[in-house]
Amino acid sequence: MTLQFNDETFREDYSFHNSQRAINRFPFPFDKDSYMYAVNMEQHRGGPADSVYEKRFDVDEHYVSEMRDRALVLADDPLRCQSLPHMTLAGWDLLELIMVSKSEDYPDLFQLHRNGDQWHWINKPLGIDDTFTFMDETTLPYGPMEYITRQAQGDFCVLDQRDDNLWMDAGTVTTQADWSLDFDIGMNFFEWHAPVPLAHEKGIFVRALKFLLNIQQGAPARRLNWTMTVNPLLDTSPENYHKWGVQKGTITPENIGAKQHLRVELQTFYRLPRSNALVFPIRCYLCAFQDIVTMPKWGRRLHRVIRDLPEELATYKGFIDNRPMMLDYLSKFDDGLPTSNGIWPEKDSEPPLQV
Amino acid sequence: MSGAEKIAVRVAEVTALNALVTRFRFEPVGGGLLPTFSGGAHTVVEMQDGEVKRLNPYSLMSDPFDQTAYTISVRRDDEGRGGSLFMHENVKVGDEMVISNPVNLFSLDLRARKHLMIAGGIGITPFLAQIKQLDRAHGNWELHYSCRSEALGSYVDYLTATHPNDVNVYYDDQKQAIDLENLLDGQPLGTHIYVCGPKGMINWVRAKADALGWPREAVHYEEFLAPQPGKPFEVKLAVSNKVIQVGEQESLLEAMERVGVDAPYLCRGGACGMCETRVIDYAGNFIHRDHWLEDDEHASGEKIMPCVSRFEGKTLVLDR
Amino acid sequence: MSKFQFPPSIISRPVYGTLEARAGKQHLMIADAEGAEALLDLAAPELMARSHIIFISRGTDYAERLKALSPQQFYEGPTYAASVSRIRRVLQDAHMGLQVYLAGTEGLMGQAQNEAMQAGIPHTAIQTEHRGSTARRMQCVHCKGITEDVAIDPFQCAHCGLNLFVRDHYSRRLAAYQGVCIDAEDPGNVPAAKGIYE
Repeated sequence: MTLQFNDETFREDYSFHNSQRAINRFPFPFDKDSYMYAVNMEQHRGGPADSVYEKRFDVDEHYVSEMRDRALVLADDPLRCQSLPHMTLAGWDLLELIMVSKSEDYPDLFQLHRNGDQWHWINKPLGIDDTFTFMDETTLPYGPMEYITRQAQGDFCVLDQRDDNLWMDAGTVTTQADWSLDFDIGMNFFEWHAPVPLAHEKGIFVRALKFLLNIQQGAPARRLNWTMTVNPLLDTSPENYHKWGVQKGTITPENIGAKQHLRVELQTFYRLPRSNALVFPIRCYLCAFQDIVTMPKWGRRLHRVIRDLPEELATYKGFIDNRPMMLDYLSKFDDGLPTSNGIWPEKDSEPPLQV
Repeated sequence: MSGAEKIAVRVAEVTALNALVTRFRFEPVGGGLLPTFSGGAHTVVEMQDGEVKRLNPYSLMSDPFDQTAYTISVRRDDEGRGGSLFMHENVKVGDEMVISNPVNLFSLDLRARKHLMIAGGIGITPFLAQIKQLDRAHGNWELHYSCRSEALGSYVDYLTATHPNDVNVYYDDQKQAIDLENLLDGQPLGTHIYVCGPKGMINWVRAKADALGWPREAVHYEEFLAPQPGKPFEVKLAVSNKVIQVGEQESLLEAMERVGVDAPYLCRGGACGMCETRVIDYAGNFIHRDHWLEDDEHASGEKIMPCVSRFEGKTLVLDR
Repeated sequence: MSKFQFPPSIISRPVYGTLEARAGKQHLMIADAEGAEALLDLAAPELMARSHIIFISRGTDYAERLKALSPQQFYEGPTYAASVSRIRRVLQDAHMGLQVYLAGTEGLMGQAQNEAMQAGIPHTAIQTEHRGSTARRMQCVHCKGITEDVAIDPFQCAHCGLNLFVRDHYSRRLAAYQGVCIDAEDPGNVPAAKGIYE
């Protein structure tokens, strides 16, 4: 199918919206009726047709508008995109990975023509048609990582691997769940995860790091993570928290279905060949509560997960104050019927809501 | 193992360099391009040696950016279990083989102001790829290469011809030796040492650097342990409910693979940690040979690295 | 007393030790104020003969006692800012094997550690010992300005004026803890400040 790109905003008037197709393929992150941290990694080698798992870098109806939002953030604060000097080679690796993947997976939208080091890149949705010399920074308008991540949805952390650890040494981060690249750049895996409660004690990060250090070329992995956001705001950065934090208090019983969004991160992990670095794309999907509950299984499950979530996690994810109002709303979509395992909505087999 | 697809290659060239070392050039079967890699990476080569399937890691020595072919150099080991002998005696131009995607456990620290490389014998191979990578990036490096004799000095002519100012060669039989203390003294801050060679050389460099106050993170080394033969032993695999005999000439990992029990691996040389296996029960002694587990883990009797370690005793039950 | 026991915290928060003499031909010691006491505890004649001490006095009078240790080189500066170009110059010509010892306030140790890291010494190889003030060097995550010597929580950013709470999340690269707006969700609701470790 030909993709229709939405003309929408993620700020001010918040005209962001999900089509029925986007709701159908929303990566609902809970595979059972409760949630606790887990490493929950799996191979990223495709998935069900039209799901967000199908392509290496999912391009959806929000692509053009998300890239416009990223350009606004970077114009306002260039520190959201940084690369320590030794990470330039990894930036070229990333540029190649994204250009090759997108041109192979979406040939109607992206084209890459390579003649030795002379590359010709066409990005039709964004109207880009550039020729450049691979590995020659002087032939691109930005560094290689910035150039390509201005054309790819989601945040990108580029991690150097050394001393049996991963180091956050480069990234483009404009759609983050409240963490600062400018602050965390240069930290190792345990340090940048330091503020996360409970997971260190459970040994989650030790096991996750062991897995990530061993990710091989040609064998990418993925997992889902989630949080909550009031309004479809992509840039929930600490940098701008003093501006957007106040929006958390604007939720009412009347508007919560439209304003409260479940924010899901599709995290993928690729070994980069020339630099031996690891790239960690974090793709953000937003879905309003009122759209989630149109899937009976998701409505039942989301209520149970939010109700039973430990207080530390609700605090860390920033919705402890709004949890009672969320539960009032969600309880209307939980009739107590059992749910099937797995994240998929199972529209054909799951019974409709019993009222 | 689970993970990346393997790569089907055809042997394009077999070149004897000297009495001990032969170079093999692999090109992808059916055309196409091989993945790029980073200097210091290795590939695991699969060899079907009669009934036995051997998987040996070899450093990639070709230009990491050259996607038309990979080259490796294999030193003949007449005492070992036969992998290198198989490569020397059985592999011919035109043969098809299967190799793994590149894996790097010996990568350059790209922050280094200067890369100081120390090679012994066949340990030269990862440096050949790293030098090509650094040359492209105008990196600052120098190589100190110790060989038994001129006749056995693999790639000495090539290295000294292309990099006369950066390559220093030492021949054992001419009583030449690296003056390590003087070499390490006076290196600028931000220098990283890389050493690849026999175990004795690695230990010598690490100990000297430590005594001179070098930080541990600035000293990188790679030593592939070839699995050593040993007495046969019996193992019970609890998850797959199988009892297997590990033969004299095979590793525990190879024995598991032979009966279809898949253990993940990257290096098959006791370094990467992937095949770490939990011990459920044992009566006897472990012969730990890896450098992945800590000493207390070796002593605990709770873990074993089946790629290189063995067992002597009555009972061994593993969580596989 | 100049020694303070910091409460246990998250992994990114630095942990300080006790300086000990290590193998090496060159030794660089940087201390401020009461940090001098850690150097006095460390001193041994053979070590001092190979040591360069950079001391930032911040109004204290330890300099004479440090000088009496007969270090190979001694410098006293009034502030870190006044000393930093000298520190960079020393690191520029230093060789692998240089041992770095830092003592005093978190702000001094963090900034000097950053200089040594940039010169090519891994942070794990740099020794630190906390002495003296427990005030922190804070980065405002909003305006990026650094406020020095913050002893209370919350505090007002010296640059943008926002009221910030003091996190334990620490950046070696910035040599600073993170300060985040405390009344973002409920503007004007700023609790009374108290000491960070009260």
